[in-house]
Amino acid sequence: MNVNAPNSYRVGPDEHGRYGIHGGRFVAETLMPLILELEQAYKDAKADPAFQEEMDSFLEHYVGRPSPLYFAERLTEHLGGAKIYFKRDELNHTGAHKINNVMGQILLARRMGKTRIIAETGAGQHGVATATVCARFGLKCIVYMGDIDVERQKPNVFRMKLLGAEVIPVSSGSHTLKDALNEALRDWVANVEDTFYCIGTVAGPHPYPEMVRDFQCVIGDETKRQMLEREGRLPDSLVAAIGGGSNAMGLFHPFLDDTDVEIYGVEAAGSGVETGAHAASITGGRPGILHGNRTYLLMDDDGQITEAHSISAGLDYPGIGPEHAWLNDIGRVNYISATDQEALDAFELCCQLEGIIPALEPCHALAKVIELAPDKSSDHLMVMNMCGRGDKDIFAVAEHLGVEL
Amino acid sequence: MSGDTRIDQRFAALKDEGRAALVTFLTAGDPDYATSLEIVKGLPAAGADVIELGMPFTDPMADGPAIQASSLRALANGQNMIKTLQLVRDFRSGDDATPIVLMGYYNPIYIYGVERFLADAKAAGVDGLIVVDLPPEEDSELCIPALAAGLNFIRLATPTTDDHRLPTVLSNTSGFVYYVSVLGITGTKAPDIASVNQAVARIKRHTPLPVAVGFGVRAAEQAAGIAGGADGVVVGSALVNTILDSLDADAKPGPSTVSAVLDLVAQLAGGVRSVEKPAAE
Repeated sequence: MNVNAPNSYRVGPDEHGRYGIHGGRFVAETLMPLILELEQAYKDAKADPAFQEEMDSFLEHYVGRPSPLYFAERLTEHLGGAKIYFKRDELNHTGAHKINNVMGQILLARRMGKTRIIAETGAGQHGVATATVCARFGLKCIVYMGDIDVERQKPNVFRMKLLGAEVIPVSSGSHTLKDALNEALRDWVANVEDTFYCIGTVAGPHPYPEMVRDFQCVIGDETKRQMLEREGRLPDSLVAAIGGGSNAMGLFHPFLDDTDVEIYGVEAAGSGVETGAHAASITGGRPGILHGNRTYLLMDDDGQITEAHSISAGLDYPGIGPEHAWLNDIGRVNYISATDQEALDAFELCCQLEGIIPALEPCHALAKVIELAPDKSSDHLMVMNMCGRGDKDIFAVAEHLGVEL
Repeated sequence: MSGDTRIDQRFAALKDEGRAALVTFLTAGDPDYATSLEIVKGLPAAGADVIELGMPFTDPMADGPAIQASSLRALANGQNMIKTLQLVRDFRSGDDATPIVLMGYYNPIYIYGVERFLADAKAAGVDGLIVVDLPPEEDSELCIPALAAGLNFIRLATPTTDDHRLPTVLSNTSGFVYYVSVLGITGTKAPDIASVNQAVARIKRHTPLPVAVGFGVRAAEQAAGIAGGADGVVVGSALVNTILDSLDADAKPGPSTVSAVLDLVAQLAGGVRSVEKPAAE
């Protein structure tokens, strides 16, 4: 183990919003008062039992929690090693883990009296979740989306519009998720009075990484309880995919102090980290400052941000949450990566063996389960976060399989 | 404090003259290095009192479409931090009086290396820094080392900076205070002169530093309106748009690129200089 290990891995961030050197509040002065206001409002909500009760009630009756912890029996037999469980967060309302966080942030926005919600989205999952919860509470919703992604993810764009959201295509910069984030920040700077920025992942300026993590920890808390009920003990390993890293952080965080639990975060290696066409910020990037926080980023030698590449639009981001960056630096979590091809192979295997069409994001985690599980003994309990369903991806997969729909 | 920089000297001299400063913003290397250098060299004669040079960045989150595009034009033509500092050196070889402020975002500086950046910037003849994504909460990153290196660290104050927040913003600020006159990104809205003057007066109650006003200033008349209350008027997007409008179909500078920018600077300078202020006693 790491000789410099802290007493607890769960106490971060510090009062400056830092996780080691990562995190912080690197934003324009216009946003500082808003971020400080949000920090206070979140602190108050967290200490208010009524907020937690309201959250729990909506998670149960609207989102459909708890999600099952499912023993993937045929996959386990096929791989011939570890006993594999899926945490079924793809069964949530809107089909992914994103809504856990959105529900929390929108309830907070309501407490703060905000009436206009803005969000960024890449694949559209966070946008759909935000549009959904805004519809539920009658809030105005504006979603920024790179115009390339608008073209790639037409069904989700239509869903958001059905739910009453305004989708604004972003044509600045590289026309993808990072630019949608820039544009959402620009909107926020211009509309500070009534607007709440609902960030979709464990990144951005403090307190977002902490707040989004807390809202997603329901995944790991449930997993712990369910595994104790099923097997009478904790799992031996956890595996989750990482773009910004919210589903992974939600699963990992409750287990960080259970140091016997091995933890694997899987980044998107695209065509291969060595090709340069990837989205693996830790494996292939370096620490820098973007979107309000210091973390591992993809960039050139002049500090200019470079584009991420992944078959999974949800992982197609040139950064990663700052707490992941810290967990990497201190060695508590192993960050590895899976290529587009490995993810596609895992996609097909999962469809065939388990009758589950997974989103391409968790297919990256599944690809590493396929690699890791055979070397483990049959009493090794491995949990993978099935963080999204794959309906949205069938067009992309068909294209790669050479099938015309 | 940080001693007497060219910024301090220039604002003091203009106070004696009884007029406000014209602060011009252009992105270093826009549209290309040679044209950019020619424009910058012409700025003092056209009437610019302080020169702000943008350090191009791929993700300028506080900037509007005009300055975003100028950043990308410069980057596409190979601009980087080394060349931006070179541009300052090339300018300084012919002008040792006009203050130069580098403005941009933290990542390119962080990657260049803070210590190396401060040493190289000072040596090149840079006088001050504006780094948009470094609020007072992150002062240990660059602000404190920059002040120690003898550079001014100029902070943005905004309409959201209330009296409670203002002292935090003003601590460790030097050179001048840059008041962002409208909520939002650069180059989008025109400021309301009366409320700008009110805000400037409010800031001045908290600090003896000069206050320059920017965001949304594009015409001589507006510049004159702001020059009545503020110590400086910052113009950026309007100049950058003038560059854009002068480019040919291949985004190459046209024959009028340099003169069009300098003509606009001269007009704006006329506006700023048309307002007489009580000279310092």
